[in-house]
Amino acid sequence: MADVLGDIVEALQLIVTGDPEILGIVSRSLLFSGTAVILAILWGTPLAMLIAMKDFRGKTVIKTFLNTLIGLPTVVLGLILFLIFSRGGPLGFLGLLYTPAAIMIGQAILVTPILVSIGVSAIESVDPEIMSLSKTLGASESQAQVAVLKEAASGIILSDLASFNRAIGELGVVLLVGGNIAGFGNRTDVLTTAISRNVQIGETGLAIALGILLVLILFTINIIVVVLRKANYIVELAKGPYAKLKRSRETKR
Amino acid sequence: MTVTAELKDVTKAYGSKIVVDAVNLQIREGEILALLGPNGSGKTTILKILAFIESPTSGEVTFQGEKVNFKNTEKERLQSTLVFQKTTVFGTSVYNNIAYGLKIRKVPKETRDREVKKALELVKLEGFEKRNARKLSGGEQQRVAIARALVLNTKLLLLDEPTANLDPKNAGILEEVIDTVNRENKITIVMATHNMFQAKKLPHRIALMDEGKITEVGTPAEVFGKLSKNLASFAAVDNTFTGTAKATAAGTSKVDVGNGVQIEITAQRQGATVVFINPQDIILSKAAVESSARNVFKGKITEITDLDPLVKLKVDVGKPFTVQITKRSFSEMGLCLNAEVFITFKASSVHVF
Repeated sequence: MADVLGDIVEALQLIVTGDPEILGIVSRSLLFSGTAVILAILWGTPLAMLIAMKDFRGKTVIKTFLNTLIGLPTVVLGLILFLIFSRGGPLGFLGLLYTPAAIMIGQAILVTPILVSIGVSAIESVDPEIMSLSKTLGASESQAQVAVLKEAASGIILSDLASFNRAIGELGVVLLVGGNIAGFGNRTDVLTTAISRNVQIGETGLAIALGILLVLILFTINIIVVVLRKANYIVELAKGPYAKLKRSRETKR
Repeated sequence: MTVTAELKDVTKAYGSKIVVDAVNLQIREGEILALLGPNGSGKTTILKILAFIESPTSGEVTFQGEKVNFKNTEKERLQSTLVFQKTTVFGTSVYNNIAYGLKIRKVPKETRDREVKKALELVKLEGFEKRNARKLSGGEQQRVAIARALVLNTKLLLLDEPTANLDPKNAGILEEVIDTVNRENKITIVMATHNMFQAKKLPHRIALMDEGKITEVGTPAEVFGKLSKNLASFAAVDNTFTGTAKATAAGTSKVDVGNGVQIEITAQRQGATVVFINPQDIILSKAAVESSARNVFKGKITEITDLDPLVKLKVDVGKPFTVQITKRSFSEMGLCLNAEVFITFKASSVHVF
């Protein structure tokens, strides 16, 4: 028991003193997961728009398939990606295995089903008249789609944050394609994998410190979601810096 | 006479259901044309085809002398705009709502600001620019929707039951706006309505619709003049009844519309007569009220439709009457389906055709 208490005290000391090792791991986690979510947004948002806005055969099947993928054990996905990226695999020639790029791609693939399914339901919950309304006001097909997307903004942002949550807390895929490389060159150890390694090598204090920080990050994101929802700022946010700029210009006048 | 748009043998079917049936209709430049008919007679579909957001199953549409290719109507949509019956606003400010179409047309900011201001003045919502459109009352939202269409100054303005969900004050404002933009801006207007009174007052021409077909087109005087021929179509319109009139000793007349319902009117009439009572002119009460109104009937509520801020009720007194009351009155009176109620209206508020 005294050991555990000692480890916790050590963990808190490491956090408070801003240990460079810890800072490195945290910033890698944020960078990899952030990039992964941006990647997923780039291909996931158009996919969500396609599924939600177009009528085609097999739509329900695709939606069910996506929901199933959300529950796919990450170790299985990790294994599949490992086989694809490994030297003998179809993409082995890219030499991506055990690199930061592999982690980011892996996490992006992992979060795509979440991002797309929440995105689809957000877009589908928009009043169907918005599309016709935009068109009768002169919008082209793509302009009308943007109008629908704007109406779904709060749900879309929620899907992005949920995806980030999932990515940063992920272990299986990161371990298998990232390799948890520490110490030299292109390090690929992140919060989750570093916790796992440090427990194994007996650095329990460091592991606890990383665990606390991981939970803090997740907690902060969820607080942001709650606050944004409550203040209804999400919609404003989605309109981006342009809207804010315009507002400040207006107040100056 | 220039023709702005023309439908030639236009049919629209959803699956096996035909909603517009071989319609031929010319819309003349500068006119207000009313499509008058009961719910489900195809009015909305015709408007959507004229707005180029719905394509006909068969037939041809010409717009400003050119045949419309429904595979790509982007160009035509810039010249024709529809205000939906169900008010829909974007979840943003009133300004952004009204400026939407102008932004798409790449109108410069200064002009945009000026036009939005003008449009808001027209619908009597001055200074509402920064308000959140979704937080406005139903009537105000509908006025935003009209302003959003007016600001575009399109060749063709299409209105789907523009006043159906509005209280008399908001309805009055809108009727005035419709009249003004038609006279001053020379905008051609096609409006759908099932309000006989509105159809008699506003438009230059009426197209009478029933079951997807146009049964009669002409000036209000012509269409209402051929009553006997169009009785069936008229009878399907809300609060419109046909019957036989008999003069009373008091100098008024009573129209027997069947099922024991006799409606007193101020005009002296004999023989076949069509009467219409505006749903807003009917007083609804839980007990018989003592008043100067000559028409009091007891009946049951058979249908309740929420049209926030109004509630539309169907009251069966032997004949079905449509009554509009505010949502507040509705909840304060504690009304429900099958409740026994009285409807009261003055002989002078009965419109006789």
